[in-house]
Amino acid sequence: MAELIAVRTGFVLRRPGLVLATLVLLLVLAWALAPGLFTHYDPLSGVPRQKLQAPSAAHLFGTDETGRDVFARVVHGAGLSLRAAVSAVLISLVAGSALGLIAGARGGWLDAVLMRFMDVLLAVPPILLSLALVTGLGFGTTKVAIAVGVANVANFARLMRAEVLRVRTGVYVEAARAGGVRWYGVLTRHILPNAAGPVLVLAVLTFGTAVLEISALSFLGYGAAPPTPEWGSLVAGGRSYLASAWWMTTLPGLVIAAVVLSANRISRALEGERHD
Amino acid sequence: MRSYALRRVLQAVVVLWAAFTLSFVILYLLPGDAVLAKLGGGDTATALTPEQIAQARAEYGLDDPWFVQYGKRLAGALHADFGRSIATGDSATHMVLTALPPTLAVAGLGLVLALLFGGGAALAGTYTRAKWLGNLLLSLPPLGISLPVFWVGLVLVQIFSFQLRVLPALGNNGPQSLILPAITLALPTGAVIGQVLAKSLRTQLAEPYIETVRAKGAGRGRVHFGHALRNAAIPVLTMVGVVAGQLLAGSVVTETVFSRDGVGRVTTAAVNAQDIPVVQAVIVLAAFFFVVINLAVDLIYPLLDPRVRCDPAVRVRKELVHG
Amino acid sequence: MTELLVVRDLAVSYRGVPAVRGVDLSVRSGQTLAVVGESGSGKSTTAHAVIGLLPRGGRVDGGSITFAGQELTKLSERRWREVRGSEIALIPQDPAVALDPVKRVGDQVAETLLIHHLESKRSAPAAAAELLRRAGIDDPERRARQYPHELSGGLRQRVLIAAALAGRPKLIIADEPTSALDVTVQRRILDHLEQLAAEENLALLLITHDLGVAADRSDEIAVMSQGRVVEHAPSRTLLAAPAHAYTRQLLSAAPSLATEPLRARRDTGEPLVSVTGLSKDFGPVRAVDDVSFTVAKGQTLALVGESGSGKSTTARMLLRLETPTSGTVIFDGEDITAARGERLRLLRRRMQLIYQNPYASLNPKLSIADIVTEPLRAFKSGTRKDAAALLDQVALPSAMLKRKPAELSGGQRQRVAIARALSLRPDLVVCDEPVSALDVSVQAQILELLVRLQEQLGLAYLFISHDLAVVRQIADHVGVLRAGKLVEYGTAEEVLHRPRHEYTRELLTAVPGRLERAA
Repeated sequence: MAELIAVRTGFVLRRPGLVLATLVLLLVLAWALAPGLFTHYDPLSGVPRQKLQAPSAAHLFGTDETGRDVFARVVHGAGLSLRAAVSAVLISLVAGSALGLIAGARGGWLDAVLMRFMDVLLAVPPILLSLALVTGLGFGTTKVAIAVGVANVANFARLMRAEVLRVRTGVYVEAARAGGVRWYGVLTRHILPNAAGPVLVLAVLTFGTAVLEISALSFLGYGAAPPTPEWGSLVAGGRSYLASAWWMTTLPGLVIAAVVLSANRISRALEGERHD
Repeated sequence: MRSYALRRVLQAVVVLWAAFTLSFVILYLLPGDAVLAKLGGGDTATALTPEQIAQARAEYGLDDPWFVQYGKRLAGALHADFGRSIATGDSATHMVLTALPPTLAVAGLGLVLALLFGGGAALAGTYTRAKWLGNLLLSLPPLGISLPVFWVGLVLVQIFSFQLRVLPALGNNGPQSLILPAITLALPTGAVIGQVLAKSLRTQLAEPYIETVRAKGAGRGRVHFGHALRNAAIPVLTMVGVVAGQLLAGSVVTETVFSRDGVGRVTTAAVNAQDIPVVQAVIVLAAFFFVVINLAVDLIYPLLDPRVRCDPAVRVRKELVHG
Repeated sequence: MTELLVVRDLAVSYRGVPAVRGVDLSVRSGQTLAVVGESGSGKSTTAHAVIGLLPRGGRVDGGSITFAGQELTKLSERRWREVRGSEIALIPQDPAVALDPVKRVGDQVAETLLIHHLESKRSAPAAAAELLRRAGIDDPERRARQYPHELSGGLRQRVLIAAALAGRPKLIIADEPTSALDVTVQRRILDHLEQLAAEENLALLLITHDLGVAADRSDEIAVMSQGRVVEHAPSRTLLAAPAHAYTRQLLSAAPSLATEPLRARRDTGEPLVSVTGLSKDFGPVRAVDDVSFTVAKGQTLALVGESGSGKSTTARMLLRLETPTSGTVIFDGEDITAARGERLRLLRRRMQLIYQNPYASLNPKLSIADIVTEPLRAFKSGTRKDAAALLDQVALPSAMLKRKPAELSGGQRQRVAIARALSLRPDLVVCDEPVSALDVSVQAQILELLVRLQEQLGLAYLFISHDLAVVRQIADHVGVLRAGKLVEYGTAEEVLHRPRHEYTRELLTAVPGRLERAA
């Protein structure tokens, strides 16, 4: 037992970055689930007398031009941003993996057609694709999430397909067929469990990318309408006050950066553990 | 080799066509009634008569069944004609093309900076013997990828324009105004280049042939720059298409942040106004750049990697394996 | 005669884990010392320590390495660069990956010359071409301008030899110089290396796992096990009268030195599978050309050939994992050439396959119990509970049932693969190079296991191998394949002792260890 604790402590001490990343994400998740625990200020309406105050003990992130507490807005915006990012990842993951699985497993003309389709999705940068989707679907957080989700489908499809091909041509799959296992048995017991690892790594990485893309779109004004606090639009809102109230742009942006960094760190750790 | 080049060109054409079709589906078929969306909504709640709506529809060709619309627009696209902008009435193609030079200026400088900093960090990080320095330099690309571009731009403006007052915050005047936007653009692009090059270098340095070189008595410099770099640069080259796309996408944000003219500004204005022809023109333009650059990379590739010269299919197979 | 290289009490560790302890070696100019050992014995580590190229995390903990009077263990990196290539040279292990793929071969040979300032940039290409010629490459000027991927394995190895000789070193370390090559090519390369070493009066340190190669090519042999030298003696003495138990074990397990088959050979028997006129085309390439043979019940037919001979493809066609382009496969009186779908699946019960690579043939995510009973469950004739009995058959403890493949050694994994193949009680088992990836002592155990199971269960084996020494131990009948054609076919006694075809004779003479035994 003592050995186990020693091993765990060693693990923690040798990977401070990873521990920090996990803590950051857990904190932001807590913000999303129970914002009331972290701030008692109202994110939607402010006290005009207290406008444009620098960060202080009372207002951690300062206040904005209508006197709203910026920290409160960030905390309440977490739920919105995280939900959007998770939805986007789910869309990419499910649609992309399904397409990649079919393409890799069936091969032939179906594979060629699907892959050309993926090529197109990759030819257009995700932001532009999302912008086109937003133009067609309209504005709002959900629509932005869908747009970002669709724009990232191609990455999952390509990865899943490559993994399926790699495993499919593996010797133990052939051994299973030679042992009399039917193809759907091969699929569920051999191909999918072995292909799942890299897909998971990409999912975590895409979460970070999704947060970036969603906040970029919301910065440009295509997300939720004000006064709903969304991280990207918070940064946009501070643009006019850049010279006088730096905290309105810098601090929410830092939060975004921290979340994305943490997601990347965890994704790298997952990848590293897999190869051990 | 001839048939391989032909096949790649054909593939490129298919991708362009598919990009056009995809944008058509998203922009023209999804919204349902594009005309009402534009003319009926918005701040100026102009109450239009049904006749006026029908006339507008006919003018924009939106009263035809979808496959006729598709055919007409495809025919137009083959002449690089994407219709008239709903907002300005100008030719969509013309709007986009005139906006291209300022964007290219920033993108060009951004690419140079990205190569310098991203590539430089990766090279220096793997070459240096000081472990702390190496770790520091190699941790920069993952950091760069995580920072929101719009936020970086704003922070740079804050520091260099408002506090230090050395560079202009916005506008298109003169070479000075290029610097901050270029640095902002260089950030995500340089980070990607740095990450790929660093990973690639590390992989190469672990390969068996490096041991052979060292056994001959080669020093660090010869090992890194004479052997590893050339092999490591190859995967980076395949990323060029993605990088170009990123530069274009990044310009959307940077031009907004720095209030500069360019394709990005045109795009955001078009999205705001739901100006469909212009958005479509931008999409197809992006796809066009990507495809052309990738074709160029495919042609240059055999110059760098002799294994591919005899049989280009080898490259395709390697792509499948290495992704 | 003075010793050129003297290693005394050498200790090396990787990240604190000891790999080599108390090793003493010495080599004189003009002499060849072979260091023999299985994987993990420390032979490679010792060799790398001598040239100062220990991998990351490796360090010399103690002892001394003296070369031409100079102490190497305390050398600075700069001094090492002067030694490597010009005093001590290395011929690396696998020619397929030991050359820079984007540089011309001539440039890579010239590199040694340029590093040590032996030639100018202008004179180097000609000097490099001359070195290639000396290494046995004809048309060296043309070859020098080629890239590694355009050369065969044997040619690439010669390039590496040329690059090693370029600096005119006094000591050459050859790390498993031929294990990645076909046996006939192996023989030619080793002959040539021996000749060059004699011409230049070089000291040669030969690292190998093959006792037969060591016996043929070296003056002295040092046997290593688990980081220590267990025996060091002149070759003749070692082979005739091995002093250490481990050496004796290696000798008895080495197939190239064994003369007796593991059981009495059988000449005739009832046919189980016969193939007639089997051919397979892959596009324009004819991989298998008109091959016919029969496997009898309870007997072993060995198909021998070098890489690319088509032996694997033939076996796979027999198992109907590939479809023949032409010819017939008859299994127990039934024509199965065109069998497909469910009928083919049912056939699988009667013929099974054991693969060469024990690391790839087991799904890393499943437990041993799952793997071993998968065929049983696929045919609904058994459950996971039968796993223990199956493992018992191959002498594996039931404690392994819950483990995953990654926790097992190569030999243990191969036993699991055998257990899996036997689970359906097949009539025929095709063994595709089942022991080539294993250490020599483990090889011997697996071969004995296969023979024992054949006796117990009346199995027929189609045994694929490139190693005639292994074939000698277990085959009743032998077929020799070359470039897709069956050039010789008959009983083991006939083929191995009275070969009719030129190629068979060539293969037999190339088997290492013959020189010593003939003596």
